[in-house]
Amino acid sequence: MQLPDAEVLYKDLEKKIRVDCDKDTALIGIHTGGAWLAERLHHALEITQPLGTLDVSFYRDDFDKVGLHSEVKRSAIPFEVEGARIILVDDVLNTGRTVRAAINELFDYGRPARISLAALVDRGGRELPIAAKYTGIELILPADKMLVLKRANSGKLSLVLHEKNMPE
Amino acid sequence: MINKNPQLDENGILQHLLTTEGLPASLLLRILDTAESFVGVTERDVKKIPLLRGKSIFNLFFEPSTRTRTTFEIAAKRLSADVINLNIAVSAQSKGERLLDTVNNLSAMNADMFVVRHSQSGAAHLIANHVRSDIHVINAGDGSHAHPTQALLDMFTIRHYKKDFRNLSVAIIGDILHSRVARSQIHALSTLGVPEVRVIAPKTLLPKMVERLGVHVYHDMAKGLKNIDVLMMLRLQNERMQGANLPSPEEYFKYYGLTPEKLSLARRNAIVMHPGPMNRGVEIDSSVADGKQSVILPQVTFGIAVRMAVMSILAGN
Repeated sequence: MQLPDAEVLYKDLEKKIRVDCDKDTALIGIHTGGAWLAERLHHALEITQPLGTLDVSFYRDDFDKVGLHSEVKRSAIPFEVEGARIILVDDVLNTGRTVRAAINELFDYGRPARISLAALVDRGGRELPIAAKYTGIELILPADKMLVLKRANSGKLSLVLHEKNMPE
Repeated sequence: MINKNPQLDENGILQHLLTTEGLPASLLLRILDTAESFVGVTERDVKKIPLLRGKSIFNLFFEPSTRTRTTFEIAAKRLSADVINLNIAVSAQSKGERLLDTVNNLSAMNADMFVVRHSQSGAAHLIANHVRSDIHVINAGDGSHAHPTQALLDMFTIRHYKKDFRNLSVAIIGDILHSRVARSQIHALSTLGVPEVRVIAPKTLLPKMVERLGVHVYHDMAKGLKNIDVLMMLRLQNERMQGANLPSPEEYFKYYGLTPEKLSLARRNAIVMHPGPMNRGVEIDSSVADGKQSVILPQVTFGIAVRMAVMSILAGN
């Protein structure tokens, strides 16, 4: 199956977000793919608020089934969440469970004024009432496949399709 | 049949944390890495995450302890677990109830995890071999055998300040003979690849054939502290001072107490650690304990994150 070029999708996503950005906009990337995207957006859009990253492992709803993720990264929100206008960035939006976990975690830092969601790929399959405000593309993919964002040493982004071996 | 190492299941997955002995470096590092993320949680305004919501953790303390019990309690509460503290030294045991009967009763109350402190070596192993397979046991100190979470928080502290284990010289100083902390530290340090581990103590406070653990033995602080990056002090227990092991606390302080003069024999940027509670003026001088090379209070803070990591990894396995 021919996957779209992640670099082209990124450019499109950047353009869509740019229109809404102002000096109060804060960006938070969800580890790992979303953090790469957010890092790039943060630079390209000249966001003044420091960049945040979230690892939602401690807030996932499948802990009882799959246990703790083996490589938990540290969440870092270096700005005041209370009253902030946040764009949450993830690579692939699917069931919406990761985003649910991210929102829960954010509220443990404070009460944001607004959270909107940006995703490079929206592959449908939602199990929760969550929608992205900004998307690079909407893609229909077989349910047994996992779409993963990769970053080469050069920083170049690409999409890869894997067999699913972990419950979402 | 009693399983000698019930910590790991047949797939190498951690089921209980009983000792640092025999645990692979990858597992120790995973605990330290996970703890790193929990340090982030403990620095937030809301220091609680929902990971262990609905789980019941029983702190079974058959031996008095305030500090260790409190840090386990805080760790469990920050993970949103329900914590039940049982100070058994003054309850069921004094009524003559058998250890495993106590455990059976608490298991029947739907315990998910036991944190066990006991004066007898092997108590946590005994419980781990006895409980249902979905219950996890953490050894919070058994006799003079092991105290794995203390050793892990010590490893976390060392990595925090020194970054890499593989170029360090570490000295453990004091009552090695009776110390479960020292044993657990030695196993963890050697698994993590610390090339030089020394023990410094009078002959009467060293176990026989301690060299077999891969450590170098010194009886003289001046020689033993040369080129040392990390000093791990041990508590000299009051009851040991009464017996034949030691002439007097003053005499001990003179030869082994960590003073600024003795500390100056180690590397200039060496860190000083102590598992607490400290006997100031016996194993450590106040000016060192409160000095700028001391990382004794950060150890306590890191201890909470490390215990959160151990509990959440176990509960998920």
